[in-house]
Amino acid sequence: MFDDFFSRAMIAGIGLALITGPLGCFIVWRRMAYFGDTMAHSALLGVALSFLLNINLTLGVFVVAATVAVALLLLQRRNNLSTDALLGILSHSTLAIGLVMVAFMTWIRVDLMGFLFGDILAVSVWDIALIYGGGIVILGALALMWRPLLAATVSPDVAEAEGLHPEVSRVVFMLLLASVIAIAMKLVGVLLITSLLIIPAATARRLSATPEQMALIAAGLGALAVAGGLFGSLSYDTPSGPSIVVAALALFLVSILVPVKLWRKRRREA
Amino acid sequence: MDARAPHDIIAEMAGAGVSRDGRWLVEGVDLSIRRGEIVTLIGPNGSGKSTTAKLLTGVLKPDAGTVRRVDGLRVGYVPQRLSIDWTLPLSVKRLMNLTARHSPAEVDAALAAVGIAHLANDDVQHLSGGEFQRALLARAMIRKPDLLVLDEPVQGVDFSGEVALYDLIKQIRDETHCGVLLISHDLHVVMAETDTVICLNGHVCCRGNPESVARSPEYLKLFGTRAAATLAIYQHHHDHTHLPDGRVQEADGRVVEAHEHVHEHEGHHHDHQH
Repeated sequence: MFDDFFSRAMIAGIGLALITGPLGCFIVWRRMAYFGDTMAHSALLGVALSFLLNINLTLGVFVVAATVAVALLLLQRRNNLSTDALLGILSHSTLAIGLVMVAFMTWIRVDLMGFLFGDILAVSVWDIALIYGGGIVILGALALMWRPLLAATVSPDVAEAEGLHPEVSRVVFMLLLASVIAIAMKLVGVLLITSLLIIPAATARRLSATPEQMALIAAGLGALAVAGGLFGSLSYDTPSGPSIVVAALALFLVSILVPVKLWRKRRREA
Repeated sequence: MDARAPHDIIAEMAGAGVSRDGRWLVEGVDLSIRRGEIVTLIGPNGSGKSTTAKLLTGVLKPDAGTVRRVDGLRVGYVPQRLSIDWTLPLSVKRLMNLTARHSPAEVDAALAAVGIAHLANDDVQHLSGGEFQRALLARAMIRKPDLLVLDEPVQGVDFSGEVALYDLIKQIRDETHCGVLLISHDLHVVMAETDTVICLNGHVCCRGNPESVARSPEYLKLFGTRAAATLAIYQHHHDHTHLPDGRVQEADGRVVEAHEHVHEHEGHHHDHQH
């Protein structure tokens, strides 16, 4: 089943969606969409640095994304600029520096489009192993951190007062996010990663009665979007990454039309 | 007056203060809570009540002085403000298990105690202000805390509900013998069971025992003796004005730094007018 590129893309994409669904719920709940975008954009700087220092690409992207997250936390504490403005500065400057660095490195040929929009049809068996291996670690950590992370999302003050250390869960969450970005970059590209985090989660909201249900439904919807997008891409010869995002958007639009009360009632009784 | 041993103290602070951007939000606060004791903080808006509560729970670290809690202290906290994003599907039942898991029987009992058992399956975003406060109180008490910190727990609750909630807080204290730090949203109304009332205005203005406080006839007339058994009126007149920059203007017009300013009614001397 790993023989043809289409099956590999499907297995890799579904694996990624199963990770981004639950993680994306926290992005939506914590209103961190722009934050996720900033970390994703910084991935291109990670790519450039990896080539420059000749280190593993996934590792380079993870380190840069995590560094940007930490830098933002520190800047938020000291600077008077709003988080919004800080995110805008970091997001675009890391992307721009990455692009400039790549242009300087004339001795290597970099497939920029591949990094910006992903190339899911080029995934190898090794990539699949990374996605599923990394996915088990990421989802395992998320499951372990679930209660403190959720409590910190509802109220950092209550979590702190009741001994759940919201700062720790926040840092762990950012590391998980950096890992997902490092894993996902090759598949959907730095410009589209956040859509896989946010759109399935937002779609799941109207269909869920508990946070746990929302995480599971988001994972399922993400997988559905990957399958739909890839088949669409095959049928209409469209770029695969953007096709997945379009499929996710289509699911979101359909979810708005579902009579919510009927759904929610059934969920609650289940 | 109180023979309880000092080791009964579960949380205390000495000379504690928090400063932000060179301004003291609150400073020089001495406060201790024993098991089974109810301490009420009153004071105008911005007087540092919530900041003091956050110091005691460890949400904020003191920039001056010390805060100490006994090891393994279990805290139940009702914050002053809590907004839950619409994107988070959270039922009242699920809210009860936010920071620790509790059995369905415990959840039912806690919700019944605050009178919102019928709302167990409703989304928290759909509750009214008063219902949400009850849910938050249930969430804090279900933990069987050693220290219950309630920041304006009855805001948005109508008067009869307010009396019921104060009764409930007393009942929780009596049954679990926990310490309670209560912040009153009303400068003049505190629970009659309060052991110590502390009036804050950037610093501790005065502290007193409400049992020594006479009850206002207007209040009795307005709300009846039933309410008076639960609520007490605690009023006093300030002889000084706190300026926006943190300094203090005395009655004779002198402007002094807050730490130079001495409260005539400090200590255990009470000559409040009621």
